Amino acid sequence: MERELDFEKPIFEMQKAVEKLKSVSGDNKENFEVQLGELEKKLVERKKEIYDNLTPWQTVQVARHPRRPVFFDYIKNIFTDFIELHGDRCFGDDQAMLGGFATLGKKKVMLIGHSKGKDVEENLARNFGMARPEGYRKALRLMKLAQKFNIPVITFIDTMGAFPGLDAEERGQAEAIARNLTEMARIEVPIITVVTGEGGSGGALGIGVGDVVLMLSHSIYSVISPEGCASILWRDASFSPKAAEALKITAKSLYELGVIDEIIPEPPGGAHTDPQKTAEEIKKVLLKYLKKLSSLSTSKLINKRFEKYCSMGKFTR
Amino acid sequence: MPWFIKTRSERETKNKLKDDIWVRCNSCKAHIFKQDFINNLNVCPKCGWHGKITAYERIGITLDSGTFKEINETIRPSDPLSFTDAKGPYTEKVEASRKKTGLNESVVTGTGKIEGCPVAVAVMDFRFLGGSLGSGSGEKILLAANYAYDHKIPYILFSASGGARMHEGILSLMQMAKTCAGVARLNEKKIPYISVLTDPTTGGVSASYAMVGDINIAEPGALIGFAGRRVIEQTIKQKLPDSFQTAEFVLEHGFLDMVVQRKNLKETLHKILSYYNR
Ligand SMILES: [Zn+2]
Repeated sequence: MERELDFEKPIFEMQKAVEKLKSVSGDNKENFEVQLGELEKKLVERKKEIYDNLTPWQTVQVARHPRRPVFFDYIKNIFTDFIELHGDRCFGDDQAMLGGFATLGKKKVMLIGHSKGKDVEENLARNFGMARPEGYRKALRLMKLAQKFNIPVITFIDTMGAFPGLDAEERGQAEAIARNLTEMARIEVPIITVVTGEGGSGGALGIGVGDVVLMLSHSIYSVISPEGCASILWRDASFSPKAAEALKITAKSLYELGVIDEIIPEPPGGAHTDPQKTAEEIKKVLLKYLKKLSSLSTSKLINKRFEKYCSMGKFTR
Repeated sequence: MPWFIKTRSERETKNKLKDDIWVRCNSCKAHIFKQDFINNLNVCPKCGWHGKITAYERIGITLDSGTFKEINETIRPSDPLSFTDAKGPYTEKVEASRKKTGLNESVVTGTGKIEGCPVAVAVMDFRFLGGSLGSGSGEKILLAANYAYDHKIPYILFSASGGARMHEGILSLMQMAKTCAGVARLNEKKIPYISVLTDPTTGGVSASYAMVGDINIAEPGALIGFAGRRVIEQTIKQKLPDSFQTAEFVLEHGFLDMVVQRKNLKETLHKILSYYNR
């Protein structure tokens, strides 16, 4: 049985009804076909209705859905000819951060992303997509390689955050992320960033300084996890739904705050119900922006990126 | 006046008097004459523990007297998310902090001279919302970097911060990219950027401008790190030693150039600047 989220219950119940009707209707199909068609139509409508009106906390659940497509799915469904490149040339090869050459349509690109696993075993091997300093340094190495090869960089963000471990601190987690933010500001090729699941704070931003930043409609992006915020500002993690709302972490909020450029729609029911369709939507938008960015000269590109990040924030003068 | 109010106010006066005269060292726990502590730049004369100092105190002991000119001092927080937590609205916290500190943001920026060398400076003040990095602080840090860029003078930045400010959500996170973009431009124009990390420099501030100085200097004992100690202890399920995430620990792991006592900082900065052959 598939795991369901609380707010998905009506959908699952309708789905069961559809299945039941299908099994009964075996003998006298015609009598049931009209009914079945109507029910299926209703199901799609209900799915859309529920998913169009998710609360921020429900969106968090969707963004973390165990069956939500991971970076590997997108590599497979959007790109061809992925040539993985390993290692940061300093310490190791972080499996929580992957990258390499890839082809998008006819365009050659450098592809980099956080890599969550599909099951417990794979997640343990990939540290649940939480990168260590060597992951961020590998990402930067590949971005500089892209600059040398004069091909655009595409990054996929899906992480709870940078790994909070003793070894990560010893090897300079802070420095690794800071270095990426600084270097990415001046990389001389276009950078497009897609937040596909969780955009967890500095660990997300560490590969997220794009000329264009996109979000899937049910992904989240936040300065701190709702749980972390709730336990600090409410002194009680059970206030996470409240914190999720207050922090304004949904794609719609980020678009309104001027932090992202476009929201990529997910199929009704979320990306996990149709990974193929989700990939197609992402591909379409990526191609559009690749074309747009490739028309800019290098100096224009870098100046525009600088201005984009300079204009972020709201304050009183 | 009823007796209990009188007693309370008397007790308060007595405590205040005590606070006015004595300071307790956070490290060796010794009671120190407050005036001795202040004369020693808020450093414990017994054990050398470095207490926090305000942004203006820092400016006073770092820049040549009378040379500091503040810029963008009117920039202050707005409330882009209409944020309210268990303790009330963000706007009220900001107002309380402004009243308490007389500051408009968690960082003071401007220009001045160190032994005659012109510099742009940004100094964070931990008293203002824990020195947290919000939109206004990010803007001031960027604009000071831009001033250094435009005038081709070194940029010196003193960090004292718990990290990004949650109350401005994703906009605070974006200040990390914004400030680093300012630093990146200095690199391109070969303008020195010296980062001084003071207690504490953690979270989003350590993971942005504080860690990418051409020279990274820290004060002794300063807490410097990315993730919080408690979070790490929960993750790895073991207790961390007291020395974890101290300036000395970070120096040992190769992310600082030096750890310098407060009383020697100005001289050290001047010596380093003297090698800038512009
Ligand atoms: Zn002491």
